[in-house]
Amino acid sequence: MSILIDRNTRVITQGLGATGLFHAQGAREYGTQMVGGVTPGKGGGAIDGFPLFDTVREAVEKTGATASVIYVPPPFAADAIIEAVDAGIGLVCCITEGIPVLDMVKVKEFMRGKTTRLVGPNCPGVITPGECKIGIMPGYIHKPGKIGVVSRSGTLTYEAVWQLTCVGLGQSTCVGIGGDPVNGTSHLDVLRMFEEDPDTEAVIMIGEIGGSSEEEGAYFVRDYMTKPVAAYIAGVTAPPGKRMGHAGAIISGGKGTAAEKVAVLRECGISVAASPAEMAAALLKVYKPDGLRIAV
Amino acid sequence: MRRRKKGGSEVNIHEYQAKAILREFGVPVPDGHVCYNGASAREWAKRLGDGPWVVKAQIHAGGRGKGGGVKLARSADEVRNTAREMLGMTLRTHQTGPEGKVVTRVLVENGCNIERELYLSLLVDRGTSRVTVMASTEGGMDIEQVAAETPENIFKEAVDPLLGLTSFQCRNLALSLGLSGKLTAKAVGLLQGLYSTFVSCDCSLLEINPLVVTAQGELLCLDAKFGFDDNAVFRHPRLGDMRDYDEEDPNEVEASQHDLSYVSLTGNIGCLVNGAGLAMATMDIIKHSGGDPANFLDVGGGATIERVTEAFKIILSDRNVKGILVNIFGGIMKCDVIATGVIEAARQVSLKVPLVVRLEGTNVAKGKQLLAESGLNIVAAEGMADAAKKIVQAVAAC
Repeated sequence: MSILIDRNTRVITQGLGATGLFHAQGAREYGTQMVGGVTPGKGGGAIDGFPLFDTVREAVEKTGATASVIYVPPPFAADAIIEAVDAGIGLVCCITEGIPVLDMVKVKEFMRGKTTRLVGPNCPGVITPGECKIGIMPGYIHKPGKIGVVSRSGTLTYEAVWQLTCVGLGQSTCVGIGGDPVNGTSHLDVLRMFEEDPDTEAVIMIGEIGGSSEEEGAYFVRDYMTKPVAAYIAGVTAPPGKRMGHAGAIISGGKGTAAEKVAVLRECGISVAASPAEMAAALLKVYKPDGLRIAV
Repeated sequence: MRRRKKGGSEVNIHEYQAKAILREFGVPVPDGHVCYNGASAREWAKRLGDGPWVVKAQIHAGGRGKGGGVKLARSADEVRNTAREMLGMTLRTHQTGPEGKVVTRVLVENGCNIERELYLSLLVDRGTSRVTVMASTEGGMDIEQVAAETPENIFKEAVDPLLGLTSFQCRNLALSLGLSGKLTAKAVGLLQGLYSTFVSCDCSLLEINPLVVTAQGELLCLDAKFGFDDNAVFRHPRLGDMRDYDEEDPNEVEASQHDLSYVSLTGNIGCLVNGAGLAMATMDIIKHSGGDPANFLDVGGGATIERVTEAFKIILSDRNVKGILVNIFGGIMKCDVIATGVIEAARQVSLKVPLVVRLEGTNVAKGKQLLAESGLNIVAAEGMADAAKKIVQAVAAC
């Protein structure tokens, strides 16, 4: 078991341009069932073995797709998400970076009461190692196992995953929720899924300055979670009022500082890594797996 | 998939530009005009009315009043003299930093008789994923302070994006602010004008502080501060024309033109990293190891040799930089490509400060081999902790 995706997940790509195609090929090589693409105006054709459709609805009907991954450029990406939600697809991973926040406000409003789960935007995607990879993360750093990973950042997630893999800890599912202020899935949403997933034994949560997604996740850990959780928060040295790359990574009005977040996480019983080099080590302080070979 | 011109260099505009935008949307602001010298300030004062007038220094920072950047003038000659004093002066406020900012333009506007000062702002609330209007009876005060001390004086309405800000929500806010009679209708118009401005301009923040009730029973926005959503600048080309590059960090402007996300800091260890989260984490681990980062720099996922070279140039143009740490987790990006870029860049800029490189990910062995065989003085590191330790030591030894 895992969360969100597994070997039965059937994925279509919205936006099969150069970038989308490159990553669709990578996902297919990893073993993901990449069943087609949506490129308006090119329906009926195919590219590198991926059948093309004009609309998401048609692609879902003809391929039985259960998930969509979006590489559509920022000005058109919100419309692509709405189209996927309207087609009733179960999971949408939006990789696109740079979607205007007011476009996302409309998307969120449209999604109210719908069953689709949106992950992202501005995220690396989701991977269940050994089964299914949706997004841009390098597959080979992952290893099937029992640790869930949830993060706002891409490369920092790879760092955590690599540390886990190097100490012999595999991952159940890794979810990049993205660095934008208005997004589809929060830390809390993913923590809840990991808590309910019988094959996840422990979780690493990675956050950064800005907003309060990490704090909300931490209160859930304190009140409801039975599994050990470790964390790292990036941006201790970030100055206030400056956007640190991600649209959502900004300390505004003295709120959302790393120090504040770390304090809340610790109070909630989460093992917080003092440095990004110690994420796996922080987990091993609270999680003792059976028969683990420590290869440090 | 990636956006152009990202991060680090957000668009800011001056107060006089902000007021011009509000005027377009029918939001009441005092009549005024921007001036670049004393003579034109005197001329504009006479055209605007009979006085008194307010002369306001135009810089991208708050707290101008306390720093001597906002003054009342009772005659056109006084307007001229005040403008002359302000132009060219270095204004220091709590937001400019100790170096201050040089005033190159002033806003001359009609003064008014203030009866009450109120506060209004619009922003995107992450919690509700909606635009939220905030109002407070404590005009002229820092809203953070009001939120901390008297939160009962702050009123909020979240806007349904499909309906827009409704009249009843505006009336609720007006009532909360103690406005009645004709002022209620005026407040509804003003609030809806602000919401239209916010949505039409893709703002991230629109703050009116203070909003005043005048002795004549009018509502006027005496000051206005805009924040714009960087992601939406592409659909507002005129914002580019409103930028005042004198107000921006030249390195941040340069970086944004090369699609690099760069923020300058005060330390002496330059960082070059792929990914925003990893870039922040790299700054943190430098600090954790006893060093001090000079910048945040995300080269992005598809860094080319050209971009890596530009990144090196930008980092090195900061004279405080005594060493550089490159930290790359190559996923899609291959380590041998990055290594080639680093070697090329180090040669082009004839690097003289210590360089520590940590590579991990795709083709890492090949990347490390390239660095080792380059003949350049590059220190290889294993993992982030080792990399941070090595650069901190190297810089301390300089």
